[in-house]
Amino acid sequence: MNAAPNDDIILEARGLTKEFKGFVAVKEVNLQVRRGTIHALIGPNGAGKSTVFNLLTKFLTPTRGQILYKGRDITRTKPADIALMGLVRSFQISAVFPHLSVLENVRVALQRPLGTSFHFWKSEATLYDLHDRALELIEAVNLSPWANHLAAELPYGRKRALEIATTLALDPEVMLLDEPLAGMGHEDIEGTAALIKRVAADRTVLMVEHNLSVVAHLSDTITVLRRGEILAEGPYEVVSKNAQVMEAYMGTGHA
Amino acid sequence: MTAHTSAKTPAGGSGRSSAALTVRGSATGTALAAAGFLLVAGLAPYVLYPVFLMKVLCFALFACAFNLLIGYAGLLSFGHAAFFGGAAYIAAHTVKEWGWSPELGLLAATVVAAGLGLVFGLLAIRRQGIYFAMITLALSQMVFFLALQLPFTHGEDGIQAVPRGLLFGLFDLSQPLTMYYTVLAIFVGGFAIIWRTVHSPFGQVLKAIRENEPRAVSLGYRTERYKLLAFVLSASLAGLAGGTKAIVFQLASLTDVTWQMSGEVVLMTLLGGMGTLFGPVVGAALVVTLESYLAATSLPVPVVIGCIFVVCVLLFRRGIIGELLARMPKRGG
Repeated sequence: MNAAPNDDIILEARGLTKEFKGFVAVKEVNLQVRRGTIHALIGPNGAGKSTVFNLLTKFLTPTRGQILYKGRDITRTKPADIALMGLVRSFQISAVFPHLSVLENVRVALQRPLGTSFHFWKSEATLYDLHDRALELIEAVNLSPWANHLAAELPYGRKRALEIATTLALDPEVMLLDEPLAGMGHEDIEGTAALIKRVAADRTVLMVEHNLSVVAHLSDTITVLRRGEILAEGPYEVVSKNAQVMEAYMGTGHA
Repeated sequence: MTAHTSAKTPAGGSGRSSAALTVRGSATGTALAAAGFLLVAGLAPYVLYPVFLMKVLCFALFACAFNLLIGYAGLLSFGHAAFFGGAAYIAAHTVKEWGWSPELGLLAATVVAAGLGLVFGLLAIRRQGIYFAMITLALSQMVFFLALQLPFTHGEDGIQAVPRGLLFGLFDLSQPLTMYYTVLAIFVGGFAIIWRTVHSPFGQVLKAIRENEPRAVSLGYRTERYKLLAFVLSASLAGLAGGTKAIVFQLASLTDVTWQMSGEVVLMTLLGGMGTLFGPVVGAALVVTLESYLAATSLPVPVVIGCIFVVCVLLFRRGIIGELLARMPKRGG
């Protein structure tokens, strides 16, 4: 792994630390996400995985440490700007625009490159050219029958699917998914996992998950966090046999 | 309904036309409502007192401008009186003291309101909820203080006896009907700008921000800039409304810059239905009507309006138009 050339690493954290009023939520985390892989960040409640995620996506500012994206330091970059660089995140609580239709949800993500997003004098009809592409994306996540429904009317699992379609609309190089399978029924988990696998074919995915078992066959690399520090890292076969992981994590009965 | 059912057809080529159908369906409704409004508003001065109607129209535009911000950007400003009342002083002063024509006076009023909106917006836009409301309130109180202290506003007296003048050097605004149709045209123009803004690429982003700001950020939108533009647009149109009111009543006074005025526009918008295009018009008409007609009775106006507001919030929280729309057969999208 150390022999990997540097441009193989698309996203990297160096000595990432976040303190909240004296409480150290994340401590000296070094993380390397390789291009084209599915990388999972797991850990029990309070392990700091969401904090790491929010730091990487710039929704939180690190106390110390550095974040590099394609070798560029993005530690001080604004969250809206990393999206333009190809780093797009999802949210733990499903992140749709509830009172926009499914089509409009995806179209909002597609319309930015038109450069007319500040044009308040233009007709909405100028956006209709985006509908074909939007419907393709909606089709890809099997939401076609709901294209004109309000996002708020969708059941939970389909909201997550819509969220993925919206994220894909930006054609990101790196997709950061915050617990994409959390709160889903068994019938949805399989489909969504397959969807993640499918969209990860030509991009990098970093996902935060609670359960080791659900990411087992999905991820190339798993990083296990505990109390803000990295406990173990590697493919599932390696991580799942780690004695510390067994004790600290499997012991909680989630595996 | 047709749009709703057609939406259920599988996507592909048909999805595009179904989306267009939805828009066309709502456009027909809007066109009908607009035609109805124009007909009623066009004939109204032959039945009702024109000055009363003009007051309704000024407040309706003010409420619509306010609604653009709260209903479509999700920002509660508690300082909109600064733009409304501040612009009234500008229109009154430029027309009366500098002898500007009414259209130039109104333009100046709108531009100054836009400038004020930019300053307020830059200072307040990064804050949310109650903090945003309080910063706008504090700033508008400063404008009130200026209106009280600056020599050109004439303190408690205000700027009185503002000549209505000739619009474009042609139309004598001292004629009540000419004045009325001018105000109606201004209202329709302002309303059209709001309608277009709401149904524009910008309006789409604005709604996305209202619905879920962090998600809009993660999609690459610098949300503060969109909110700032919405704020400036809203302030400009509130200023246009205030300037028009000053020309109509030939008066700019402290009443229009008080915090009570900021509260009144919130009330109008909520009563009519925030986030609906026609709601604020209905709300403004209702409040102005009540104030005008109750003033002649011995009933205490604030108490009556307060009671109506309480009933409204308890029984139909979406406001009058909002509730009507919610009960109508649902349309897709």
